[in-house]
Amino acid sequence: MSTEVKDAPVKEAKIKEPSEPLFSKKNKKLITDPLNDSNPITVQVLGICSALAITVQVKQAIVMSLSVLAVLIGGNLIISLIRNIIPSRIRIIVQLVVVAALVILVDQVLKAYVYDVSKALSVFVGLIITNCIIMGRLEAFALANKPWPSILDAIGNGLGYGWILVAVAVVRELFGSGSLLGFKLLPEGFYNFGYMNNNLMILPPMALITVGVIIWIQRTKNTALIEEH
Amino acid sequence: MLDLINIFVKAIFIENMIFAYFLGMCSYLAVSKTIKTGVGLGAAVIFVLGVTVPVNYLLENYVLKEGALSWLSEDFVTVDLSFLSFIMFIAVIASIVQLVEMVVEKFAPALYGALGIFLPLIAVNCSILGGALFMQERQYSTIAEATSFGLGSGVGWFLAIVAIAAIREKIKYSNVPPALRGLGITFIITGLMGMAFMAFMGIEL
Repeated sequence: MSTEVKDAPVKEAKIKEPSEPLFSKKNKKLITDPLNDSNPITVQVLGICSALAITVQVKQAIVMSLSVLAVLIGGNLIISLIRNIIPSRIRIIVQLVVVAALVILVDQVLKAYVYDVSKALSVFVGLIITNCIIMGRLEAFALANKPWPSILDAIGNGLGYGWILVAVAVVRELFGSGSLLGFKLLPEGFYNFGYMNNNLMILPPMALITVGVIIWIQRTKNTALIEEH
Repeated sequence: MLDLINIFVKAIFIENMIFAYFLGMCSYLAVSKTIKTGVGLGAAVIFVLGVTVPVNYLLENYVLKEGALSWLSEDFVTVDLSFLSFIMFIAVIASIVQLVEMVVEKFAPALYGALGIFLPLIAVNCSILGGALFMQERQYSTIAEATSFGLGSGVGWFLAIVAIAAIREKIKYSNVPPALRGLGITFIITGLMGMAFMAFMGIEL
């Protein structure tokens, strides 16, 4: 609903437009839907675990979203390529192995290039394996669709997950430590007048409440999503 | 012995899987509509965590860790397989869940009837893999410590899901703002419960 949501898909489409009818109306919907109407976090309720734990700082949230996006695209592509030769009885194990291999790659890359963030994310990089978004999209989409729509679906869901993560992280870092991406935003004068950082924001419970409020705002604007208890 | 009790109590209250680390939130939110299903899934999580954490502990200490293979031969002292730990842990968890499901079905049909549908769900519950990864990160010194950590985390998860299910059953009768109904209010309640659990944080055991 916010401008950031509307901008993202437009940019995405412009960059890739030249690749001919690949972006039919239906395909575009695959990217734009997860940003709002079927957002993985606020509507499908997938991938909450990692979303909440690593949103103390914006930087961590961005790294995490990019990692999930990468694993999601890779996993969706691979599973959709081999979807016709996976016996359905053991598909969960096949999916887990593919995802685990991709996550190991991402983990090694993070350790090599952004070691401090990788340390801060601790076990949550490994937990991408059991991130419900990945398994959910593999089960619900990649197993039944061709590679190209699967990639688009992965991009859409990855971005939908990412923007919620970044939004939560912005709120928590701004009010929790008065900075964004590590830069101090609030002038010193504020503190002289008795302004204090809200330390509660850094603690786990506020992540839940922030997501709760985001859901509240989203559903107030998008009344079709309201549930019956 | 006192150590084991300490680890157990700490895992339940201070390092609660849900309120301190948000692990297993997906199934926590999806299956907490009634107390009965909450109890079923919670019991299954205790069981699976109690089994997989010690097994993964053995795997970590006798196969994956640097120098862990030295029992095989002197040549393997420098081998470090820890980059394989994700894939090994998840493979162990998936196969144990499958095994447990078959064993329970064969020997305890009544329990299978109660847990049956939840067992497959558990393979992808973050709290199980999370338990294994925390065990690896914290380097428990004996298998008994790892087991009591596993069981404690499971009990903590059980308490959390039963509590939220009870609240959700009651909240049906309250007048929640329409846009908050369902998911939104559950998030906020969990946040408030997390704050209550923070009271345990300062306790040193």
